[in-house]
Formats: sequence, structure tokens, C-alpha cells
Amino acid sequence: MENEKYLKDLSEIRNMMSRSSRFISLSGLSGVFAGCYAIIGAVLAKSLLAGRESVYDNFDEVSKLAMNSDLVPQLILIALAVLVLAIGTAIFLTTRKARKNEQKIWDATTKRLVINFFAPLVAGGLFCLVLLQYGLLGLIAPSMLIFYGLALIHGSKYTFADLKSLGYANLVLGLIATQFIGYGIYFWAIGFGVFHIIYGIWMHRKYDRKSAE
Amino acid sequence: MKSIISNINKAFDHRIRLGIMSVLMVNDHADFKSLKELLGATDGNVASHTKALEKQKYIKVEKSFIDRKPNTKYIATEKGRKAFQEHLDALEKLLNAGNELNK
Repeated sequence: MENEKYLKDLSEIRNMMSRSSRFISLSGLSGVFAGCYAIIGAVLAKSLLAGRESVYDNFDEVSKLAMNSDLVPQLILIALAVLVLAIGTAIFLTTRKARKNEQKIWDATTKRLVINFFAPLVAGGLFCLVLLQYGLLGLIAPSMLIFYGLALIHGSKYTFADLKSLGYANLVLGLIATQFIGYGIYFWAIGFGVFHIIYGIWMHRKYDRKSAE
Repeated sequence: MKSIISNINKAFDHRIRLGIMSVLMVNDHADFKSLKELLGATDGNVASHTKALEKQKYIKVEKSFIDRKPNTKYIATEKGRKAFQEHLDALEKLLNAGNELNK
């Protein structure tokens, strides 16, 4: 009898510690959507680049040519559209999930997650703009993956710990991509597209479906 | 066996007090409202249990005003953290000892 009480105490402690420090309404499905947007974006970007395939292999050529064309603004537009759609869907699905579980959407845990996730991400975004400024286009896709990976690893402390594995996967992929300049778009599609979809399905099965039952 | 039981801290022998300490172990601080929501307890309940923990010097209270509204912040003290850790260790030992006996 005594043991049962102490066991209950322990599970209460664990529950309170995680509920008060981690944001657990993050929707797994939003990962799947983000992945789909990323792949569509990559396909669009690829078709824009298709005519200039030959120059894209050459690091120096591409910077001069691309900077002078309207290609860069178009690519930026695609990337921004993917970002806005992905974040918008994530906010929508996460709010819905929080409401269903009767949890607050904007509390101390959300604030902490947002700050800790976006700090490395914003630094990465600015860094990518600097790469653009110097015409180092080939390094942009790897840098996006690396900084996104770091942001996930950093943010994972404040939400599902599983986010960390996605972070490391993107980080390693980004580092590998630095050795294959010119194929950045493929790595980008794998990291932001395929990884998100796999991870989203896995998270959805692990958390969302269980809580719905 | 006796030494183990003596480490079980009576101050934490209640769901609300246990919850308050758990929250404060992993957060720098928590305010009255968030404690109340997390624990699903009433105002009076949270007030009396935080007072009990404060009396033991396990937590400290900081009162301030945010937008002219009073805001009460709770922070675990070094003494409280140590006592809670010892309580957890004692619980763990006790449960292990129980398992040994059952074998």
C-alpha cells in the first residue's frame, strides 16, 4: 500500500516537471505539411534553375550570373513562401491540438520554446543573407540546414525531446552538403522535405493519435 | 530500513506540495496563477501549501506589481532543492527495497 502511494508520488513529480517546463502541444502533422511545402518549393526552384544547370556546377560562375538575373529574388520568394506556409500550418494545427487537450497555447513554456528555437534560426537567416551579399550561393542551402539543425537541438529542451534527433539529422546533412556544392537543392529537399515528413508521421503516431484515443 | 524512512520528508507528503516543488525544481520561478493552473488547485489550497513550504524555507516568495496588478513569484531555495533531492532519493531507495522484498 505504502509503495503504491510513493509510486504515485513519483509519477506526479515527473508529470509536473515535464508539464511545467516543456511545451507539449506541438502537432506532429504540421511536420508532414512543412515537408510537403518544402518539396514543392524545391521542385519549383529546381525548374527555375533547370535552364542554368551548367553554371550551377561552377561555384564562381553561378554567383556572377545569378546575382545579375531575377533568379535570386524568385528563389528568395519561394523560400519565404515555404517558411510562411510551414509556420502558419504549424501554428494552426498546434493551436487546435492545444484546444482539444484543454491546454493553454501561450504560456511560459511556449515563450521559452519560441525564444530558444528562433534565436539560432534568426542568426542563421541573417548569415544566409550575408552569404547572398557576397554571392556565395552554394553555401546557402548547407547553412540553412546547419542552422535549422542547431535551432532544433536548442529548442528540443523546451518541447518533445524527440526534436533533438531531427536536429542532429539536419545538422549532419548540412555539413555533408558543404562538400557537394551545386547539389544544395537536393540536400535541402531531403532535410526540409523528406526528414520533416518522416519525423512528422512518427511524432503523430507516437503522441497525437495516442492522446486522441 | 529505519534510516531510509527518516529521509522521507513530511513536508513533501502532500500532492500539492509535491507538485509545487516539482515545478520549482525545473523552472527558475513560477507565479501563483501558473502554479494554480498546473496543479488544478484552488486559490486557498495553493496559498496554504506555499505558505507551509515558505515557513520551512524551502521556497521564497517575491511580490511585485506588473501593470499595477500584484504578482507573486515563487522560487525554490538552495535548502529546498537539497531537501527535495533527498526526498526523491529516499523514495527511490524505498521503492527499490520494496521490490527486493517482493522477489
